[in-house]
Amino acid sequence: MTGAADGADGGRPDPAEPGRAWVFGDNIDTDQITPSRFIVSSDPDELATHAFEDLRPDFSESVETGDFVVAGENFGSGSSREHSPLSLVGAGVSAVVAQSFARIFFRNAINLGLPVLICPGADAVEDGDEIHVDLDAGVVTNHTRDETYEAEALPQFLQSLVEQGGLKPYTKAKLDG
Amino acid sequence: MTGKTLAEKLLSEKSGTDARAGDYVEADVDVAMAHDITGPLAFQTFDEVTGDDGELFAPDRTVFTIDHHAPADGVQAANNHNAVREFAAEHGAHQFDVGDGICHAVLVEEGFVGPGDLVIGADSHSTTYGGIGAFGTGVGSTDLGTALATGELWFRVPKTLRFEVDGDLGDGVYAKDLILRFIGDVGFDGCTYMAAEYAGSTIESLPIHERLVLSNMAIEMGGKAGLVAPDERTESYLERQTGNEIDLADAFVSDDDADYEAVHSYDATALAPQVSKPSNPENAVDVTEVAGTEVDQLFVGTCTNGRYEDIKIVADILAGETIAPNVRMVVVPASKSVYQHMLGTGVFQTLTDAGAVIQSAGCGPCAGYHQGVLGDGDVCLATANRNFPGREGSMESSVYLSSPATVGASALYGEITDPREVETKRYDDTVFAEVLP
Repeated sequence: MTGAADGADGGRPDPAEPGRAWVFGDNIDTDQITPSRFIVSSDPDELATHAFEDLRPDFSESVETGDFVVAGENFGSGSSREHSPLSLVGAGVSAVVAQSFARIFFRNAINLGLPVLICPGADAVEDGDEIHVDLDAGVVTNHTRDETYEAEALPQFLQSLVEQGGLKPYTKAKLDG
Repeated sequence: MTGKTLAEKLLSEKSGTDARAGDYVEADVDVAMAHDITGPLAFQTFDEVTGDDGELFAPDRTVFTIDHHAPADGVQAANNHNAVREFAAEHGAHQFDVGDGICHAVLVEEGFVGPGDLVIGADSHSTTYGGIGAFGTGVGSTDLGTALATGELWFRVPKTLRFEVDGDLGDGVYAKDLILRFIGDVGFDGCTYMAAEYAGSTIESLPIHERLVLSNMAIEMGGKAGLVAPDERTESYLERQTGNEIDLADAFVSDDDADYEAVHSYDATALAPQVSKPSNPENAVDVTEVAGTEVDQLFVGTCTNGRYEDIKIVADILAGETIAPNVRMVVVPASKSVYQHMLGTGVFQTLTDAGAVIQSAGCGPCAGYHQGVLGDGDVCLATANRNFPGREGSMESSVYLSSPATVGASALYGEITDPREVETKRYDDTVFAEVLP
């Protein structure tokens, strides 16, 4: 794995830059993203080495900074544990694109500065495709297939949260301001 | 322009905007809560954003409970309890300790939450507060930790899914049966991103302890909140229970022409007692479909059905009877005051005479930590809210969910039993206020 150093406080990868799509199915719950035996740690880099470990052991070995996670319906369902989005931050994932998200995962991801995009056409993306995301316009571009898919643009407020690195830096700035 | 839902009005008021479903707002939080599992992580976030000398946004409206692993069942749990005690003492927050009860029971009983409040809790069942007309919702540790510092949090204003129920519930049928049916009908994610709203003549005639059941389990269909319009019943219950003066003018109800995502209508008279089969609350069926299923353990308690009225319904069924051989019953009151009522009114004696084990107030075995976890192959019928694989112990155990009456009837026979086969009672809001001897 490369680029695990890009944790919550480092520079986040830019979703406008193309990266590899790692494609997952429907109802991927937080236990599949971060098996509960590993959540004793809350270190993004440590968690990244176990991301999707049972479901897809090659993920943590081969994922590179700037790659994307693409999934079906109800991604991140189950518990409210923040370890799941944190493991993807640690892995250097640029953004998560899914047909839909479980509510608390969506919140937790935004709060950690990980862009999440709801994209009904995400099922057209195949594993290994090269994609990039325009967060302002809400468009996913598939370079491998020369296709684009419409997504729900991240509202201005959530974009600014993500740009500032999530809810903690945002709150710090607010308290200092 | 159509009218607004309760959720839209409340979040408009708290954010100082004209908010509609789909809008993102930053809203002022009235009450913030965390417990022994989620508190320590939220404290880390709080310390990170505030530095060493952070102050709570409102110590008098910040509540911490010790309920999930209480009394401590291990060193890690004991250390977490100490972390909660230290943080609460250092920052002047309210703190409830071992044996005081489950967060969601305590916050209502002790009067921390009222109609019209925006309440965030680092616990998914924080939807419970909707039963008294508060917008209660579960959040993560980063959410809670930052809100403890600022008193604000961002929200996407939810659409509302409305459940309208009319008619009288039949004998042996309760709010628990209604909510299991709702979850069965819309599915485990049928209310995701949305607020559930319960209305109609049946809901209006439900006592508050029953409304709280509906709101509590909104999360089991993905709901962000589970709301009931507060009314005179809410007002008199809270004034009697907490001594607080309640002004419904500060609360919110949906406009007649509010815009709902969908409206589901039910005839309460046609509803049979429900049981959710393993391993998802959405597997709700009429009790007759699973009657005769042998059980090993019966569990009465939790933030869903651990109130005095719930336990009294079970005690009424078991009075003068003995629990079936080879079946164990674990009773865990939701709060210390429920525990004390059970002692004062003889419910405690009735249950122990029948063979039940009664634990100190708290979450009990609901999340599989302690006080009656299940072994391989064990089958449990519980008044709880979740029955995922391994929820109450072994991955090889299974949990069925039902009302207290169904658990009480099943205790007599050692198998899932239709509560309509025994005499069942129904209590209004005044029974909890019985004068103790």
